[in-house]
Amino acid sequence: MNDAGIVRIEDLRRLKLIPPHSRMKAGPVVVVECIEEIPCDVCVAACPTRAIVKKDINSIPSVDFDKCTGCGSCLLACPGLAIFLVDLSIGSGKGRVTMPYELLPIPSKDDKVVLLNRKGEPAGEGRIVKVVRSADKTYAVTVEMEDSKVRDVRAFRVIV
Amino acid sequence: MTSSRIIQHPILNFERGKKKVLYFEDKPVEVYENESVLAALYANGVRIFSRSRVLKRPRGAFCLIGKCSSCLMEADRVPNTRICITLTKDLREVRYQESSASPPKTSFFIAKKPEEIPTDILVIGGGPAGLYAAMYASKYGANVVLVDENPTIGGQLVKQTHKFFGSKDLYSGIRGFEIAKKLAKILHKRKNIKILTNTSVFGLYSGKLAGAYHLRRKQLLKIKAKQITVATGASERFLVFENNDLPGVMGAGAAQTLMNVYGVKPGEKALMVGAGNVGLIVSYQLIQAGVKVVAIVEAMPRIGGYLVHAAKVRRLGVPIYTSHTIKSAHGKEKVEGATIIALDKEFREIPGTEKYLEVDLICLAVGLNPYSQLLSQAGCEMVYIPELGGLVPKRTRYQETTISGIYVAGDVSGIEEASTAMLEGGIAGISAALKIIGNNEKALNEREEMLEKLEKIRAGRFFERIRKGLRKVLIDERRGNSTY
Repeated sequence: MNDAGIVRIEDLRRLKLIPPHSRMKAGPVVVVECIEEIPCDVCVAACPTRAIVKKDINSIPSVDFDKCTGCGSCLLACPGLAIFLVDLSIGSGKGRVTMPYELLPIPSKDDKVVLLNRKGEPAGEGRIVKVVRSADKTYAVTVEMEDSKVRDVRAFRVIV
Repeated sequence: MTSSRIIQHPILNFERGKKKVLYFEDKPVEVYENESVLAALYANGVRIFSRSRVLKRPRGAFCLIGKCSSCLMEADRVPNTRICITLTKDLREVRYQESSASPPKTSFFIAKKPEEIPTDILVIGGGPAGLYAAMYASKYGANVVLVDENPTIGGQLVKQTHKFFGSKDLYSGIRGFEIAKKLAKILHKRKNIKILTNTSVFGLYSGKLAGAYHLRRKQLLKIKAKQITVATGASERFLVFENNDLPGVMGAGAAQTLMNVYGVKPGEKALMVGAGNVGLIVSYQLIQAGVKVVAIVEAMPRIGGYLVHAAKVRRLGVPIYTSHTIKSAHGKEKVEGATIIALDKEFREIPGTEKYLEVDLICLAVGLNPYSQLLSQAGCEMVYIPELGGLVPKRTRYQETTISGIYVAGDVSGIEEASTAMLEGGIAGISAALKIIGNNEKALNEREEMLEKLEKIRAGRFFERIRKGLRKVLIDERRGNSTY
């Protein structure tokens, strides 16, 4: 097994796509995990505050974290399901990650879920705190977890 | 037999239509009228659709879009019916046929007089390229006949459940099947477009005459056009490995057609061969349909598709084995397992690295071949360009082949993607229309804009190979083409 197909944190950091800790402490903020030059600018068009910018359609997005309001419009629009929101503002050792979700079953508030990291490995348990559905059936699901996990958790499995 | 129809899907609702009975080998089978015969039988557990001629080995479903001949059956006494593009509503019964089919007992083609259809522009193929060609040719006043051999237009867009990349004016951020609906709606409204579905073009003859037949009406058509755009798309490639002909080995696109168009689960546990965009996207869609993807293997040392697509399946726990390939499929009359094996730098199998996987579905996503036979038959100058997927026609930047008035657009002119196919279609459509309506500044400007957009999309690093291939097929538009 290898790390083919896994977005590396070093790359996100190098491309300045990880928000500063202080910004995460202030409330939900976007992490755009799109680090290749692919012809797409859906996130740029979706952002109401112009926080996400691409030089041209093939360049890698850059994010102005101070302009980002954490609204999640880009998360619901991204065709690559590659955009997440992280939030460390709630304190008491908890953090939240909002993830795009296009699978079944649809979770409900307070459901327990198995957290999964970028490799699909279980990373403990989380709790659903918010489920938002877009008009085109993409869900934005916010999961609460230990704050140390928000960096790595990027998917979840509903416990049925 | 339990049905493998998908009841709940996170994205799709299936409009199967009314229930009816179809007789399969004289036994009644419960089907829905909007299902293809193949999908309906598959949902009822049928996996074998024909037998090989000599060894009588079972043949399963491979392409699902009318291209591979694996599913030729006798339907209402007509042999060689492609049951994957024939809806159950048109039939009473189907049965296996002898490998060497006897000629039709009713010679309907000869009995009826061919119907003549004159038009300014004929567009062959109703995928993204053909739809755009028809849309832009009709926009500038030309009369268009659009033919497609499938029951609906939309080409392979109809099975794409993911949102498309690209820029806003080319429907980015919208799911492929929704794009197909939007485009179909525009085209159906145009009074100067005649759409003929269930219609196969079998030959192009001198004087821009196309021979075609209408599968449902069983009617021979002679379409007499002034300009022709060929947008016939591509077919999925096969791969050599032991038992590769077992039912359960199918194209990744075929699995998509089954699950996303007809709502039938292609299997329970799948192995995906190929980690290009098709392999990665279809893997995710298999998961959405409730199929477990056991592994993805990729012969190259790295994934070929976009990282975002790979990341989507990896974080759900699907392993991607790079530098690996499938060694053999196992099973008696259908796939029951697969052996994968590691490859060294020279792509040689490394003995001792075999791994057995319990799967009932093996999807091949190892590339596409341009479906360019009509162009060859018409006499267009063809060249084999590996970077473009195979045999493609030489053409000008306006998509005109070496035969004046025959245009080409989309995958048949080189394997790319939907957004480039749309733009090529638009360029071909306007170019063909210009020959009908004469000079038109607005049309010329719009065509230039499309050429610019095309260049922008192709400027990216994922299009390096495409750019290299295109340089080999482009001919100067000022050079005179031959007439036909």
